[in-house]
Amino acid sequence: MTVQTAVVIGLTVAAVFFTFVGAVGLLRLPDIYTRAHAAAKADTLGAGFAVAAAAVHFGVQYVVVKVLLLLVFIYITNPTASHAISRAAYLQDAPVWSRAEDGSGELISPRADEHRAETGVQSADGGETEP
Amino acid sequence: MSELAETVMLGAAGLVILMALVVFYRVATGPTTQDRLIGVNVIGTSTVIVIVFIAAGLGRPEYIDIALVYALLNFLLSLAIARFTYHEGRVE
Repeated sequence: MTVQTAVVIGLTVAAVFFTFVGAVGLLRLPDIYTRAHAAAKADTLGAGFAVAAAAVHFGVQYVVVKVLLLLVFIYITNPTASHAISRAAYLQDAPVWSRAEDGSGELISPRADEHRAETGVQSADGGETEP
Repeated sequence: MSELAETVMLGAAGLVILMALVVFYRVATGPTTQDRLIGVNVIGTSTVIVIVFIAAGLGRPEYIDIALVYALLNFLLSLAIARFTYHEGRVE
């Protein structure tokens, strides 16, 4: 087993691992924002390692330029898309997961503070009681 | 190139396809439109990874072009639908 083979296998395993982490995060996390976070990070890393594995496997060829170009595109476009999706979710008041008083999770509006400030109600639900 | 590395990469492509199928659960159940959109985005990126692995595993460098085009189209799709839902959601 040459060094090149070992490096390719290592990068491939890392890519599969991070894709797996992204899939688990997408299924298990409680709200759209955390899901977007997990999916974007894990997926960018997974694609990065996969593309790096392909680049090392191809060795010194002109196609490596295209492979690295693909890496650059993925690194630019993936976070941008995740940001746009999260922003659309926020503007639509998609619920955000928050820790309730009794320690369990609950889904509340991400702009609950804004609504409170507009209506002038000072934390009638007791959510903001500072010690 | 080494036989072992190519076998490992083709196997990895199969595993990534399996994970994309699992992510389809999120696309099917939602609950919000953006959840589905994130799922579609992840499936698109997984497809790019699969194409790259197949290109390297089969020793066909020209397949990388397909991955390039697919990555950019996938990005356009996510961005367009995100903007669409945002403008739709602003009509209150």
